[in-house]
Amino acid sequence: MTTVSVTVNGAMREADVEPRTLLVYFLRETLGLTGTNVGCDTSSCGACTVLLDGESVKSCTLLAAQADGRELTTIEGLAEGDELHPLQESFRRNHGLQCGYCTPGMLMAAASYLKENPSPSEDDVRLALEGNLCRCTGYQNIVKSILDAAGSMAGAGGGGA
Amino acid sequence: MATTETFIGQPVLRKEDPELITGQANYIDNWTMPGMLWMALARPPYVHATIDGVDTSEAASMPGVVGVFTAADLELGALPFVWPITEDIKVPVHYALASDKVRFNGDAVAVVVAETREQAIDAAEAVAVTATELPAVIELEQAAKDEVLIHDDLGTNSVVHWSHGGAGDQSIFDSAPVVVQERYAQPRLIPNAIEPRGCLAYGVPAMDEWTLVSSTQIPHIVKVTLSGVTGIEEQKLRVIAPDVGGGFGSKLNVYAEEALALGLARKLGRPVKWIEGRRENYVATTHGRGVIHDCTLAGTEDGKILGLKFVELADMGAYYQLLTPGIPELGGWVYMGPYDPEAYWYEFTGIVTNSTPTDAYRGAGRPEATYVIERLVDTFARRIGKDPVEVRRMNLKPAFAEASTAISGLNVDSGNYEATLDTALGLVEYDKLRAQQRDARERGDTKQLGIGLSTYIEMCGLAPSNILGALRYAAGGWDGATIECLPTGKVLVKTGTSPHGQGHETTWAQIVADGLGVTPDDIEVLHGDTLITPLGMDTYGSRSVSVGGAALHFAVEKVKAKARTIAAHELEVSEDDLEWGEGSWHVAGAPDKAKTIPEIAFSAWHAHSLPEGTEPHLNATAVYDPPNFTWPGGAHICVVEVDTETGATEIVKYVAVDDCGTVINPMIVDGQIHGGVAQGVAEALYEEAIYDESGNLTTSTMTQYLVPTAVEVPTITTDGSHQTPSTTNPLGVKGIGEAGTIAAPPAVINAVIDAVSHLGVTAIEKPASPERVWRAIQDAQHQQGQSGQGGAA
Repeated sequence: MTTVSVTVNGAMREADVEPRTLLVYFLRETLGLTGTNVGCDTSSCGACTVLLDGESVKSCTLLAAQADGRELTTIEGLAEGDELHPLQESFRRNHGLQCGYCTPGMLMAAASYLKENPSPSEDDVRLALEGNLCRCTGYQNIVKSILDAAGSMAGAGGGGA
Repeated sequence: MATTETFIGQPVLRKEDPELITGQANYIDNWTMPGMLWMALARPPYVHATIDGVDTSEAASMPGVVGVFTAADLELGALPFVWPITEDIKVPVHYALASDKVRFNGDAVAVVVAETREQAIDAAEAVAVTATELPAVIELEQAAKDEVLIHDDLGTNSVVHWSHGGAGDQSIFDSAPVVVQERYAQPRLIPNAIEPRGCLAYGVPAMDEWTLVSSTQIPHIVKVTLSGVTGIEEQKLRVIAPDVGGGFGSKLNVYAEEALALGLARKLGRPVKWIEGRRENYVATTHGRGVIHDCTLAGTEDGKILGLKFVELADMGAYYQLLTPGIPELGGWVYMGPYDPEAYWYEFTGIVTNSTPTDAYRGAGRPEATYVIERLVDTFARRIGKDPVEVRRMNLKPAFAEASTAISGLNVDSGNYEATLDTALGLVEYDKLRAQQRDARERGDTKQLGIGLSTYIEMCGLAPSNILGALRYAAGGWDGATIECLPTGKVLVKTGTSPHGQGHETTWAQIVADGLGVTPDDIEVLHGDTLITPLGMDTYGSRSVSVGGAALHFAVEKVKAKARTIAAHELEVSEDDLEWGEGSWHVAGAPDKAKTIPEIAFSAWHAHSLPEGTEPHLNATAVYDPPNFTWPGGAHICVVEVDTETGATEIVKYVAVDDCGTVINPMIVDGQIHGGVAQGVAEALYEEAIYDESGNLTTSTMTQYLVPTAVEVPTITTDGSHQTPSTTNPLGVKGIGEAGTIAAPPAVINAVIDAVSHLGVTAIEKPASPERVWRAIQDAQHQQGQSGQGGAA
């Protein structure tokens, strides 16, 4: 067993796990944060995307041990208390989800990307989502949601309404 | 809250979303229970082999293993197959665990139960199987030769033959001025719901009461069929479909793992859970398509379609799953498309192969049909030198508002096809595109423009029970809905349909809100739990709103009728004096003398002074059996640029004009079209399940099987202006879940062929990969070079 100590969504968490434990199962099964989903076993689908030290990673590609001492944000930590993240609002407003299974990964990937590029073009967003698969929406409303959120975040950041 | 606002037709935001965007959904892998065990299946590395022995001793001794079981250890009946489409169909026996032979990559011979997920998977890999390998057959025509038999007891691999029987004068196929004959192959597809399957079985052993939580589209059908497989009495079996992460037909089934989990939980007296891995999903969850058609179109020189004939070979896979041979048959009624030929013929032969069973995949039979008819019409147009729009226009059935019998024999509820075509042509700026295409061809540009059309119809709203009976399907096609008006003015709705992304909670709430004069926020829609909902037939075949939604409409009517009786009593008038409007029952001419549904619900609940003979509680259940199918239709146009040097295709424009009858939530309808078209584009350009010569699936993970990303899927322009009401149901709705996947593949392929047709290319098969397109160009130019006897290549 190996001890893994991380900050998840602002709280310190520590647990002993088998060395082979993947980060996604550490989050889901050890810490009970089941919002992060598993969709494949080849790191292809991106359903398990979380933020590691603020950057998006596929949590099925990392061992829990590799996250030791680092900071994680999962879908459960995206909202600020009761206030949804602009991306969450935007996904709902623009019908950016159907079955919802890819949605946590999409939201985390988008949150990370908008920090990198706060005013992307449609092509930029599409390229940024290349690591996240959705089978329901045809991506159209996901892209729309992210562009819409970028707009509202830029407005908020600039001191606008 | 009582309201006069109306919601049908409005883009009401989804009630489903708050839990899904915050990570609070309850997908199957989030379920856990005290004492829960994990199940894993041992699928030996053989495609086709006689099993000589299964040694479970090493697996059984591994850490955490509670037991390892083979077929002989379990008392499970054969898995359900419910659509024996002909009297003489040969039905392969299909058990949850194979004991004599394995017949495809996904066949399992043993199941391990252990304390943890990892322990179960590790031990399943340690199950030792000795087997004698047999040659595998994957190709349909090879399998049809019967040199290798998949099921010895059946004596042949050609297990079923179904013929529509034909309509009209069949001699037309020989005597028509123009006869076009084509062969089209459509590869197998892997559905790829992003959530793999999974289930959890638990219960109360002393009561022999059991619950199966499963990522399924069909909890009601799972319950009745697994009752038979396991011997659990139906009234003691509960099936829950929790939040389900997509289905697309792949969860419209009753699977070995569901039977095993239930059987093992019952045997061991502990909860048993199984979650499918993606590799496992690719071999053990049903595939779609896998068909070859020989097609004949008889027509005139000026473009009139006189006859359509299709003879199909359909890959069943190694066994039948729930519906397998019914899928091509379902397509058998729509091969005339939106056209009106004088003669019709369709037949298919189902062939077993050493591959994953096929079954419904978004569209189920109708995409296969639409693809071949739309390819054929384009080929016909090229042959007679006419624009494909002109040929379609000449043949589209004129608008009809009342049901009209199609040549295939079924009654089509209503249609206005040419109007959708006109709108699509306008949106895509067709004439301008043709001019651009001419210019690009004259210039000899490397990138050439192609325009592809698909005018389609589909048969939805499955299904009238009497027709299902006539087609030898084991169940009916009705559905149920219950409404309970609560004393606080809120409303509970219970539906027999079982959504997995379609937004029924929102759409159903809109139907009830308008009917009862309340808001969608006042309504909670419950589904996917056989203990809570009325009996129903679940979700597939674009049936939910036109059958389940119509059932809800009739439940609303019943509630309103009961409410009227109570309102009349309270207002001390006759029921005949009351009229419904502005969200209440009010005295005609005196809108102030009114009772809203929430007010009446409270009176019905305290029941202090109800009229004679009226039961307390304002509630109703309706069960609705549709008198007919519903028939959406429309026109899709795809515009591509094909790089003639690399064969790469880029979609530059995609227009979808779908007439799905009355639209309840245009936002959700658009979302269904986007997703459906994306899957159709994927089918046309990227996806194909490929087996090697030994029958191993080589596209065995998401890294080899090309599910398109946001980069590949185009922006889709939709248009909801055509809403020809269905005459089948009182809501006028037709269904939209499958239209995109039905319409898109031929639109895309026709566009790709159109882009390079001036180079002599007449055919390109799905998926139109760069290599396939490039080769088609090379072959065409080579042929032209030969026929030109050394002319410029």
